[in-house]
Amino acid sequence: MKEEPVSTKAHVLPLVVLFAALLVWLSLSLLKVFPESVFPSPSAVARGFIEETRKGRLLDDLVASLFRVTTGFTIAVFTGIPAGLWLGHHARFRTALLPLINFFRSLSPLAWIPFAILWFGIGDLPTIFLIFMASFFPIVLATIAAVANIPSVYFRVAHDYGFQQRELLTKVTLPAIAPQVITSLRVTAGLAWLVVVAAEMIAGRAGLGFAIWDARNGLRMDLLVCGMIVIGVIGMIIDIVLYQLTKIASVRWGYER
Amino acid sequence: MNDSPLSLQNVSLNFGAVTVFRSLSLQVLSGEFVAVVGPSGCGKTTLLNLLSRFIKPVSGTVQCAGRVRMVYQHDSLFPWQTVAENIALGLRHIGDHEERGRQLKGMLQLIKLEEFANHYPHQLSGGMRQRVELARALVGDTDILLLDEPFSSLDYLTRLRMRNELSRMLQQFPRTVVLVTHDIEEAAQLADRIVVLSDRPAQICCEVRVALERPREPTHPQVVNTVHRILAELGLEKRESSTLSLSAL
Repeated sequence: MKEEPVSTKAHVLPLVVLFAALLVWLSLSLLKVFPESVFPSPSAVARGFIEETRKGRLLDDLVASLFRVTTGFTIAVFTGIPAGLWLGHHARFRTALLPLINFFRSLSPLAWIPFAILWFGIGDLPTIFLIFMASFFPIVLATIAAVANIPSVYFRVAHDYGFQQRELLTKVTLPAIAPQVITSLRVTAGLAWLVVVAAEMIAGRAGLGFAIWDARNGLRMDLLVCGMIVIGVIGMIIDIVLYQLTKIASVRWGYER
Repeated sequence: MNDSPLSLQNVSLNFGAVTVFRSLSLQVLSGEFVAVVGPSGCGKTTLLNLLSRFIKPVSGTVQCAGRVRMVYQHDSLFPWQTVAENIALGLRHIGDHEERGRQLKGMLQLIKLEEFANHYPHQLSGGMRQRVELARALVGDTDILLLDEPFSSLDYLTRLRMRNELSRMLQQFPRTVVLVTHDIEEAAQLADRIVVLSDRPAQICCEVRVALERPREPTHPQVVNTVHRILAELGLEKRESSTLSLSAL
């Protein structure tokens, strides 16, 4: 039997699963297996979605959450990667600081919520801080590991062909760690998106996490599910966007060999 | 041109308590192809590292006159660069952009990989990658080529092809070559002179010259005879089977 092209399957199969899941949801709600108050129907959620979109609240919450994630994550990337590079090349400092980094990496970012509110009040800043705390340490660790995994022969070749100190960084270290770092960015961005929702529930006055908390307080389960769906979809879109980085020709080697 | 661009004079080297070389001397003549064979761990790669001045001896002198290039045992092509970009590393010292392009094109033609110029190393076979490694080391105005078991990761048939490929490339780009290898047949087929090292601390226990033009067939009687002689010297074959006498030092 002739196999269908993988790309066709890759597009069709997820849609089939999605359609099946919707069908199960619809059947359960039509059969009234659970009361409407704890298990909103697809139509109620759709109505809630339209209502929130018309009022403009959904877009406002979405923009607020995306702004916080983008800011916190970007700061973590632009500080975490250089820190990982530096520690990756300096064994003594790495040995000294690794336990501390592992300690903070193991702390749930949510444990920082009380301090975040005390230090930064309510609003964007505490959430950005929490996203930074969730992203920074995994990025540092992933970069350290990627630097440690660079085969020494690459530096030997660079020496043979007269690379300058700056070229060692830009033409050897950075391209050599790119695939591993991109993978860690995908994982960490997912983590940051998880944290923004939780942080906004407690330390926010807007955002998707706050919207869910608000819906729960108003016993609007339809809006709650609507918020959950938007969060899930945005999480998928963030990963799809970052996945595009793995398609850059000069990093494909990290995923194909 | 320097008659002996590569030489070691009474070189001693130790790593901690382990003495690798004690008063070792070796001269390589300009344009000569020298192969170094010996027991595993005797210091063959260390010898190349000394010749390339990557490491310094504890005592003695190392002379290395000219631009040196090395081909390593393991994949050393930059995987994030294409075939053309990897080979172009060997042309970095040439200022003229057009000249670089001309030499790059010529080298791609020589290794018959023009169609693969924009491919990445992981998209090539082991033999093709090794051709690119050789091309990167040979391109540009270089004088000395150091080869550290360059074909050891390839299967036997590919190794045979790569030996011919190396001979062909050296005909077009003559270099002073030092080849470190475990493969005695490879040494006998390629080298003008084979240096046999002893166990640590490594001494040159004999040198065998092969007065036969390259490219050579691996089954040529003189190549086969040379293999017997080296095996006998390493104690891996009875001396009676060696038909020619050794020019032992």
